Amino acid sequence: MNKPKNMVELESAVVKFVGDSGDGMQLIGTLFADSCAYDGNDLTTFPDYPAEIRPPANTIAGVSGFQVYFGSKKILSFGEKLDVLVCLNPASLKANLKWAKKDTVIIVDSDEFTEQTLEKCGYTSNPLTDHSLKDRKLIQVPVTTIIKEKTSSLNFDNKTVLRSRNMLVLGLTLRLFNKKTSYVENYLSEKFASKPDIANLNKKILLEGYNYYDQLPVNQKFSFFVPPAKLEKGKYKNINGNIATAWGLLAAAERAHLNLFLGSYPITPATEILVELAKHKSLGARVMQAEDEIAGICSAIGASFAGAMAVTTTSGPGLSLKSEAMGLAVMTELPLVIVNVQRGGPSTGLPTKSEQADLLQALWGRNGEAPMLVMAADSPADCFYSAFMAAKLSLEHMTPCILLTDGSLGNGSELFKIPDVNTLPEIKPPLAKPNTDYKPYARNPETLARYWAIPGTEGLRHRIGGLEKENITGVVTTDPENHELMVKLRAEKVQRVANYIPEQEVFGEPEGDLLVVSWGGTKGVIRESVIEMQKEGKKVSHAHFKYIMPLPKNTEQVFSRFKKIIVCELNNGQFVVYLRAVLPQFKYYQANKIQSLPFFMDELKEKYYKVLED
Amino acid sequence: MSPIINSIERSNVELTKEDFVSGLPVKWCPGCGAHAILTAVENVFPKIGYKKENFVIVSGIGCSSRFPYYVNTYGFHGIHGRANAIATGVKVANPKLSVWIATGDGDSMAIGGNHFIHIIRRNVDVNILLFNNMIYGLTKGQYSPTTPMGAVTKTSPYGTIEHPFNTGELVLGAQGTFFARVPDNNVKLMTEVMFEAAKHDGTSVIEILQNCVIFNDKVHAHITSKETKDDYQLILKNGEPMIFGSKKNKGIRLKGTRLEVVTIGENGITEDDILVHDQYQQDPGIHLMLAKMSPPHFPVAMGVIRSAMYPTYDDLVEMQIDEAKKTSKIRNVNDLLNSGEVFEVK
Ligand SMILES: Cc1ncc(C[n+]2csc(CCOP(=O)(O)OP(=O)(O)O)c2C)c(N)n1
Ligand code: SF4
Ligand SMILES: [Mg+2]
Repeated sequence: MNKPKNMVELESAVVKFVGDSGDGMQLIGTLFADSCAYDGNDLTTFPDYPAEIRPPANTIAGVSGFQVYFGSKKILSFGEKLDVLVCLNPASLKANLKWAKKDTVIIVDSDEFTEQTLEKCGYTSNPLTDHSLKDRKLIQVPVTTIIKEKTSSLNFDNKTVLRSRNMLVLGLTLRLFNKKTSYVENYLSEKFASKPDIANLNKKILLEGYNYYDQLPVNQKFSFFVPPAKLEKGKYKNINGNIATAWGLLAAAERAHLNLFLGSYPITPATEILVELAKHKSLGARVMQAEDEIAGICSAIGASFAGAMAVTTTSGPGLSLKSEAMGLAVMTELPLVIVNVQRGGPSTGLPTKSEQADLLQALWGRNGEAPMLVMAADSPADCFYSAFMAAKLSLEHMTPCILLTDGSLGNGSELFKIPDVNTLPEIKPPLAKPNTDYKPYARNPETLARYWAIPGTEGLRHRIGGLEKENITGVVTTDPENHELMVKLRAEKVQRVANYIPEQEVFGEPEGDLLVVSWGGTKGVIRESVIEMQKEGKKVSHAHFKYIMPLPKNTEQVFSRFKKIIVCELNNGQFVVYLRAVLPQFKYYQANKIQSLPFFMDELKEKYYKVLED
Repeated sequence: MSPIINSIERSNVELTKEDFVSGLPVKWCPGCGAHAILTAVENVFPKIGYKKENFVIVSGIGCSSRFPYYVNTYGFHGIHGRANAIATGVKVANPKLSVWIATGDGDSMAIGGNHFIHIIRRNVDVNILLFNNMIYGLTKGQYSPTTPMGAVTKTSPYGTIEHPFNTGELVLGAQGTFFARVPDNNVKLMTEVMFEAAKHDGTSVIEILQNCVIFNDKVHAHITSKETKDDYQLILKNGEPMIFGSKKNKGIRLKGTRLEVVTIGENGITEDDILVHDQYQQDPGIHLMLAKMSPPHFPVAMGVIRSAMYPTYDDLVEMQIDEAKKTSKIRNVNDLLNSGEVFEVK
């Protein structure tokens, strides 16, 4: 391909495909992203689909979107302002114009802008003709007309050919970015291997879109190029956080030489983990779709007692239902991973939107004093490693562990460098030896973990449960001193995990004017905002926390080297409440957002500047 | 009793009652029906003959749920209502364990009702000992889902206005494959029934009419007392006619679509007219009618009412796993990570 004269080279670009629910936006978004990955770009993707299964056509409620952020640099967030917006109907334009910049290229299917569709989404005049977009880089493509014309000689009905409207705009978008269509063509050949005529039809429409570029007026021939990223050698997958979580858990079970047991009840946005694990029977995963969340966790506790690597997965409302049983896992000191894919709350809240509002529940939301490990994954691919570590720490320290992810991590994707599972750390739970003098609550002196005696093992019969037990012997007792001792031991056991996790890293200088503190799914955008601050010459660093309970041992030391600390969270202030409780000697500024939207760079930077000036 | 042969490893030494006594002081009230249940379990475990480490007892919360502490097996005392869910996890994680559940009428039919019907529906291979004292014992005498309508209890000073569950009807409604009923004062029958339950592949529910001497004394007496038991208990035996009564002359006959009590020797009725019990029948119709019989017009059916063969959940799990292991290309997690779309950077 000759380099087009007008080609603009970009370090990164954000493209969003939007249309009606049935328009196939998720598919072309994924194919576009995979084409970028194939070209060596780093990337993230973020789907944005309606909560309803079949919302009314052409309404705002029915808009389905898929955003791809790709570049030659390391892509950390899901991207904010769009470089290209591809709209297959007026409703999707209306819903997404707010994410466009002044110079965003907007591609629309002009055939879809009819009186009827405009009215359905509340346009009182046609934005394509009323001059409201006159300063925009608008490309009008009569998609239906082109397809009908180009396929008229073929033996297909209208319904069939128009199902591929998405392919036409995908072809054009690939051309805009000077990407080849070969990846998509291969995909189509494979996907429709048994229907070669459909494969060919789709390829034809894809290429018509690609070539339509040549017919565009000169002032609409926008052309971009995003060079490949300098990715480390190796194999990569474009993976979302839910799948990565499922795989991390499977990897942990393999490294622990245990069967994975999952007890789970479907709930958005966590269901996909259950769906994914249910596929992997060949890896020995025993997956039960329970009758409710309580049965999900209780069956997992039973499985853990019986010697499996036990997991339960859920989202906010389900976590509430599991609370009592989480206390049982604390009391019986059994390993258990509880994955909570956070969504907007309280109550049913905003099921399809993301938020970080379950942290305090994870830390303290149980009756009695029931401490457990709390971790938070920080990117889609990191869900793999976080899930692995949650399982490892839980198994080796005989304590339940909550892993917090969130809707955006769960559904969002990024490139994941495929590791060799055999190089991941081994997992060695403290198994009790057969025919020894077994005491259920005797502890490893270093970790304070009790020993795991698996039913069926000779000479280890014992009984445990939710009643307070005497330390070492495990005999039920209400002895006052023993209770105090046990409460403290359970807390200390969790605290000692700090000896087994990495120290807290600081991005940027280890000391300075402002430390930006965050946790969980906000890492990417906050890191980008800190990079910009540093570029602007400010002494700003970033500490992003994955280990929350316990905190890394050097946290206090890290905090003490900065003049100011700001804690950024997508909630009304929860991590900050925790930090004020455990490290009250510092003053914490806050940046909070509770709109079920990610942070935006500008609003973060504005906060940082305010704090710096304070 | 012929030995039970299945995938659970058997003991290679003869076991006795003493092998299963935990030695912990038993804290139920003197005269509580639970003591007899413990005796029956200590009788039957050695007879079942599995290695003693292969028994697991799981319970919820209630007087009944203290049970695991008193038996020397692997034991798990759970939380209120969740014994059936916990036990499901135990069995699915390790199907080579013999899993027993000790639970109460409140534990399994009020707070844990959902898990109770679902463990039965799935037909997980476990044995449920349901201590039905028709009251909340541990919390000192509130009515339960099986308390008879009108009963005065702490929380129903004017009499309950709730329709009680008939345990058997609930179990069969949930597609139960095994249901038996026994009075707490017949340890021999209880032991036999427990053995049958162990033999049955699937969820076996044994409803034990248990007396709570403190909060619901004699609630079952109209069925279980010396004076009433012969006329108000029909002890079912597979393949035998359903005959009962102090004079052994009463029987159950099918009249049209309903059961009726008849007297042998009266109105030309002979033994041939009496229904013969078929516990293995898949159709639950007669089993349901038997489970629902109650005084004053009928005796209460005791013994194994139903024991029908259906695949168990845990077997099906294992079968799917074995099949997947044989046929899937994904044999380890590395295979999985490298499956599907992979992009290589050279
Ligand atoms: C979540 C919860 N709710 C309530 C209780 C209080 N509670 C303990 S046992 C019980 C009822 C027990 O009745 P049942 O299951 O019939 O057992 P029984 O004591 O009669 O054997 C109740 C309400 C509890 N322990 N946990
Ligand atoms: S309160 Fe009733 S059920 Fe509980 S131990 Fe005493 S007699 Fe038994
Ligand atoms: Mg009771």
